[in-house]
Amino acid sequence: MDPGRFFASSRVLIVAGKGGVGKTVSAATIASAASRSGRSVLLVEVAGRSASAPIFGVEPQGYEQVTAVDETEQDDPPRGRIVLQSITPDQALMEWLTTHGFKGIVTRMASSGILEVVATATPGIKDLLVLGRIKAFESEGSFDLIVVDAPAAGHALGFLRSPAGVRDAARTGTIHRQAVEVLDLISDPTRCQVVLVTIPEETPVNELIETSFAIEDEMGVRLGPVVVNSVLPTLAGLDADLVSLDVSDAERNALQTAVTFRAGRAALQDEQLTRLGAELPLDQFRLPQLFSTTIGPDELAVLTKALLAEIEALPEVES
Amino acid sequence: MSTATFAELLAQRQVVIVCGTGGVGKTTTSAATALAAAEAGRRAVVVTIDPAKRLADALGISELGNTPTVIDGPWPGLLAALMLDTKSTFDEVVRRNASDDDQAERILSSRFYRNVSGTLSGTQDYMAIEKLAELYDSGDWDLVVVDTPPTRDALAFLEAPQMLSRLLDNPIYKLVTAGNRGVFGIANKAAQTVVRQLARVVGAHVVDEAVAFFQSFNGMEKGFKDRAEATLALMGDERTAFVLVASPRSDTLDEARYFLDRIRQANLDAAAVIVNRMLPSTGLSLTQAQLLHVSLAATDGAGVSRALLDLATASAADDDRVADLAEAAPHAVLATVPMLADDVHDVDGLRVIADLLTR
Repeated sequence: MDPGRFFASSRVLIVAGKGGVGKTVSAATIASAASRSGRSVLLVEVAGRSASAPIFGVEPQGYEQVTAVDETEQDDPPRGRIVLQSITPDQALMEWLTTHGFKGIVTRMASSGILEVVATATPGIKDLLVLGRIKAFESEGSFDLIVVDAPAAGHALGFLRSPAGVRDAARTGTIHRQAVEVLDLISDPTRCQVVLVTIPEETPVNELIETSFAIEDEMGVRLGPVVVNSVLPTLAGLDADLVSLDVSDAERNALQTAVTFRAGRAALQDEQLTRLGAELPLDQFRLPQLFSTTIGPDELAVLTKALLAEIEALPEVES
Repeated sequence: MSTATFAELLAQRQVVIVCGTGGVGKTTTSAATALAAAEAGRRAVVVTIDPAKRLADALGISELGNTPTVIDGPWPGLLAALMLDTKSTFDEVVRRNASDDDQAERILSSRFYRNVSGTLSGTQDYMAIEKLAELYDSGDWDLVVVDTPPTRDALAFLEAPQMLSRLLDNPIYKLVTAGNRGVFGIANKAAQTVVRQLARVVGAHVVDEAVAFFQSFNGMEKGFKDRAEATLALMGDERTAFVLVASPRSDTLDEARYFLDRIRQANLDAAAVIVNRMLPSTGLSLTQAQLLHVSLAATDGAGVSRALLDLATASAADDDRVADLAEAAPHAVLATVPMLADDVHDVDGLRVIADLLTR
């Protein structure tokens, strides 16, 4: 499929997954690939600390928007800009109250702890309001694509469940209307898709499969392709005869350790990738494992190229 | 790094709280820790939170349960496990603190309570700690190991015992419980204003339910506060060890350092740091691996030397990061566990890890 077309299929992509599967890197890679396809991208992080700024080699700026990549005309197609935006749930709640006619009491509510009671009375309200901010970005239309690095640590489901939860808990009032609007967004596949991230190991694959069915069945949210991170590249020549190589014994032992380890990991990984494909009928975008110590702009470029190739390998779909 | 060993730590402490981000093998490490203590002759119980299904099956705790299941095996001590049932534990807490059955039922049947007990962030932490306190107080166990819910913030767990008492300390609670005739019976004028504004945000019935809920708690505050104080004291002194689990991936090690900082903000320290999934050592330095790769690049050995270089690069990076983490936790015992061929799903697999932890 043409990447430009892929990234035009919905304006919001929510990238979700458990901790430790490289969700932030995947979200950055998706943003970068979209930019390479000429789309302007807002990359929204829902967390206390900005983790994606270093990936783009820029300084995080708290809750201000940071331009990570400028648009350029030289490339073909022209690159779209990437802007980073960090949102915290507390901040989303305060902003929402301020812009919905509760400005006068926000400070008083916050200092008296009443905000916490509002949050308690309406579970999911903060997650909902984060999604509400994302919906606002969508309606503003300043960007072709909004990529959301969703909260980690097992909260992906809670995050996506929040609008329905709040809609049912608060059956009237301003917040109820907000919940309904956000539900409209996340359940409309032409506006929003969820991209789940995993790594090719047993537990993360199990969790991905469970989460996928929960999201589609319970929430009616459309799942896009799955990103599988840290896939070991296939290496030719692993069956070479080590005895015939002109190396020392220590070197031969080291080579043997490396070959045994690599072959073992590759076999386990293939088993998990096959199982994932059999149990979950979604396309897979496989991103290579990088053997570097940190992920910066150079590594991002490698991953971006790999993702674009994976998108191009998808069959074209009827529009 | 401390010169003490993990085995010594397990022999001395009565409570081990295992923290860390998701995806680093926290649950498996918790179970292996309890098993190591049982192998050393102690009566150990582990409270797990959402274990992987096959591990839960192996431990015989696939069903949510609020009582420990004893796992038989050839160890001199006792090993038991349970899977935390947040909702039932919360119900027990309410029943225990209520002045009579009527009060308990009023709270348990309120919709607001069901929201709080099911979805309020921190509830799972809070109930894990309640379960910890209950097991500790029972006197049946020499060591209670608690697997913590995956969270970004270690303090969420430390603050959990105070969650309910803090909620009940809230000014709105005090305002609404000053009167006892529902929302419109609230005597205080300022309280009425606040409550009306809240009603505009979330709808009047939510406020009604919240007010009724708070009012139904009348008289129970002291029980919660006393418990919170006792549990905090337990977690804060030498009876308890905080064990931080990490993997050598850069993102999880960053999180681990953040955890250490946060734990210290509460004047606590990690007694041990366990790094899982360490890559095997090749026996060569990274430079040697690079040179070998260059010399074999044009031979039949190109593929194998690439495999070596990849492993040596990743392994050297792991070692550096683990050394940095060890430096950041100078008083902690450091234990490393190699990356294993497969996930652990049986007691034999746990014994392998227990042995690695205490070697």
